[in-house]
Amino acid sequence: MQTGHDSHDAHAPVNTIARTLLYVPAIIAFVYLGAIFSVQINYQVLSWVIFLPIIGGFLIFAIPRKHEMYARAASLALSLIAFVLSLPLYLNFDKTTAKMQFTETHDWIPSWSIKYAVGVDGISVLFVLLSTLLTILCVTVSWTAITDKVKEFYGSLLLIEGSMIGVFCSLDFFLFYIFWEAMLIPMYILIGVWGGPNRVYAAIKFFLFTLVGSLLMLVGIIVLYYYTNKSFDILQMMNTNYPYAIQLILFWAFFAAFAVKVPMFPVHTWLPDAHTEAPTAGSVILAGILIKMGAYGFLRFSIPLFPEAAKAMAPLMIVLSVIAIIYGAVICLAQTDLKRLIAYSSVSHMGFVTLGIFALNMQGIQGGILQMINHGIVTGALFLCVGIVYERTHTREIAHYGGAATVMPVYAAFFMVFTLASIGLPGTNGFIGEFLILLGGFMAWKLMGILACTGIIIGAGYMLWLYQRVFFLQVNPDAHYHEDVNEREFLTLLPLVVLVLWIGFYPNTFLSFMEVSVQGLIDRVNMAGQQQLTQNIIEVIK
Amino acid sequence: MNITFADLTPIIPEIIVAAVAASLLLIELLDKDKTKDYLGFIGIGVALVTIYLIPSSQGSAFNGMFISDGYSSYFKFIFLISLVLTILISFKFLQREEAEYGEYYSLLLFATAGMMLMASAADLILLYVGLELMALSTYILAGIKRHDLRSNEAAMKYFLLGAFSSSFLLFGISLLYGLTASTNIFQIAAFLKQGETSLTLLMAMIMVVCAFAFKIAAAPFHMWAPDVYEGAPTSVTAFMSVGPKAAGFAVIGRVFFTAFETVQMDWTAILIGLAILTMAVGNILAVVQTNIKRMLAYSSIAHAGYALIGIIAGTTEGLNAVMVYLLIYAFMNIGAFTIVILLDKGESIKGYNGLSKSHPIVAAMMLVFMFSLTGIPPTAGFIGKFNVFMAAINAGYTWVVVVAIIFSSISAYYYLRVVMNMYMKPMEEEMLIHPNPANGAALLISILMVFVIGIMPSVVVGYTFQLFM
Repeated sequence: MQTGHDSHDAHAPVNTIARTLLYVPAIIAFVYLGAIFSVQINYQVLSWVIFLPIIGGFLIFAIPRKHEMYARAASLALSLIAFVLSLPLYLNFDKTTAKMQFTETHDWIPSWSIKYAVGVDGISVLFVLLSTLLTILCVTVSWTAITDKVKEFYGSLLLIEGSMIGVFCSLDFFLFYIFWEAMLIPMYILIGVWGGPNRVYAAIKFFLFTLVGSLLMLVGIIVLYYYTNKSFDILQMMNTNYPYAIQLILFWAFFAAFAVKVPMFPVHTWLPDAHTEAPTAGSVILAGILIKMGAYGFLRFSIPLFPEAAKAMAPLMIVLSVIAIIYGAVICLAQTDLKRLIAYSSVSHMGFVTLGIFALNMQGIQGGILQMINHGIVTGALFLCVGIVYERTHTREIAHYGGAATVMPVYAAFFMVFTLASIGLPGTNGFIGEFLILLGGFMAWKLMGILACTGIIIGAGYMLWLYQRVFFLQVNPDAHYHEDVNEREFLTLLPLVVLVLWIGFYPNTFLSFMEVSVQGLIDRVNMAGQQQLTQNIIEVIK
Repeated sequence: MNITFADLTPIIPEIIVAAVAASLLLIELLDKDKTKDYLGFIGIGVALVTIYLIPSSQGSAFNGMFISDGYSSYFKFIFLISLVLTILISFKFLQREEAEYGEYYSLLLFATAGMMLMASAADLILLYVGLELMALSTYILAGIKRHDLRSNEAAMKYFLLGAFSSSFLLFGISLLYGLTASTNIFQIAAFLKQGETSLTLLMAMIMVVCAFAFKIAAAPFHMWAPDVYEGAPTSVTAFMSVGPKAAGFAVIGRVFFTAFETVQMDWTAILIGLAILTMAVGNILAVVQTNIKRMLAYSSIAHAGYALIGIIAGTTEGLNAVMVYLLIYAFMNIGAFTIVILLDKGESIKGYNGLSKSHPIVAAMMLVFMFSLTGIPPTAGFIGKFNVFMAAINAGYTWVVVVAIIFSSISAYYYLRVVMNMYMKPMEEEMLIHPNPANGAALLISILMVFVIGIMPSVVVGYTFQLFM
């Protein structure tokens, strides 16, 4: 519980806003100067962004216990530096090519022809930026909430950041798998040690679900290795045409890993537990980035490597997505726990993402990627908001709230913005993403597009009802609200509001990043079958 | 007739180890000193010298009964490494357990000499001699806490069942001799290539499989392992879970790939069954254990199953994967046992509750070993499994690998339970630890190797050790 703030008078929110806004020019200046600086100097962007947090995380573990409060400042500094270092990805990115950029290649394990190869294209670049941004916010939101084993917490957080970025950048399957799995360790610890009452169960469930899926993918990767002339090179795989039977088997092997991460309908049950029990920062990471890795996996691997299988399985995937959309939304209506509700809304929203991806057309995939970013911002923000109020009340039961808008007006305003973005109100980012996805969905399969729309309607229902129960009505006498958001919390939420509106009004900034890459992906899907077809025709003619 | 003295160069390492082992007995006898630590240091010194000598002692001796090739050298390296680590963790532990007898170090060396002979044996008789030397030494080691009933029970059980398995081996060897009139594996192989597969040959092969499966603690010949591992002093358990297991794999590789080459289809089928059963038994029964030594016993059974997959692959690649796996397993398993020894009451899994609070570094190390045993990157355990799986998939046994990963995910549950207790449960009572430089060194070596192999696998993978054919 926050102490030291004594202002309870009516002017408090105004004062907070005024004081906070003083920081804004400083932050803008910091980002601006950082951007100039990072663009000027020449360094291996991706390696720095991956390994700075990882090495930093290990160094933070080494801080002596009695000085462990310095871990907060250290990890804030590290995450800020990582963010600044990642800015060239935004500024120097060449939007006119689908090729990998910022690539680095070194030999790693020559006997298995494994390389350390990293690079980003239009599909992955935004996730790197999202990761570096959200990590900063995770550090600041945990500032006072984590009091036990502080250095381990921040160390784990940075390890997760580094390995997540590694997942998005890897161009070698072995490297990808290392990052993909290595992240489980700090994430397991994060949920299990600092989580809520049922954390141990949630942590092990998360771990086992993900592990089974990943191991099946591992077998798939090894099979792929032998079918690609003993190579783990992802770019080489993207240019290889595998036999259809192999494509199908491997598609399902990879599906096991990615569907668990997304999570898609039948294997989603770990998510509500993990998201609910994780500490705020853990929930933000989980919802904001970790579950995007699954959808990213579909985009980066399943579709370009197994285009025909993807095409054949797309209807099934779309059906699963629509089930997730509606099922997740309906379940949200029945939740009594704030975090659990938002967690189930993730199931619904990620259903939209996979729907867009497997619509396999420009609008759908662009919308899917954008919606992943949106979901990272909005659901991340909602979890941050819940974390902020949980720190004051120590309860997640919706029934223990009520009338919060009267006591915490600024907080209520923030929550409103994110609620509306989650619903998909025009002018917020959610609208753009869902609109594009539905457009793509309609083109792929009309009925499913219509069914998916009901998800939005139910979505508006549960989010607004949640808002009403928490913020309006009578002030709940049992609720222990003390004060509105303080400067730190205000500044944590502010960048996300900016992004919500930015994408809402001018999505082209972000869509332009992915346009060429997505086109390349769609070409790959359309071409692959035809090539096979022409080959068959040639063989018949022969 | 001109009798020349045999060229002993290839067998010099074994001679040194055995000779020092024998002289340690004498030194111990003459010496009335209370502490026996110096015997351990002699043992470490011998091991290091032998490691240094092995590369230069290649060749065959005793008319081809004994072969020292890349394959055997690698295994000897594993044995000696585990010997060094075991001695390091034994010093203060033996004093604590009041089991400080001079024979201890001598027996460890004898067992190692036996294992080295096994790895190099090209003749079934020599193989048997090596195996018995190893087995007899470990029987005594298991019971070295003379006044502890459980230790006695362990030794007794191990001895009775071990004798039983030895008789199987002898039976198999005599059948083979009856078939081929030879005990030399190359001559057996040459003879078998000419003839057809007979029922007797299959009988002999099955007998040999049974005996070796006992040594590597593969189900259904695993019954002794949990009881013996639990009853034996922990340092001996650490040694037994690595050394004799590796030796078992060394002879499996040598005998099956050479002598039984003609019936590869048959033994592969048997080993697939064994491997799957072993992984199932090991992983499922480990889940319900409350004693960490028992849990690690079942885990070592499970790991034997994973390693068998490399043998099943039936290729040099697979064999090399097994070798790498066993080396990695030596580091991570002895590392885990070192933590058990380090803690005052390290045997109960419940006792680990809240360890991260009282001893964060110890807990962090245990965490690394547990994740490594699970096979999560970037630890060495992952590289071991990956390597084995790659070989098996390349050989076309993808479905066996799929079975293996299913059981491997079960294993996450019980390894993580230790992590869970250390990090997520409140402390019940303060756990005492007994740190000393020796087991600190053992921990440091293990943890370093777990990370080095995990991040830079090139240090161990990519070399090809051909069997001498």
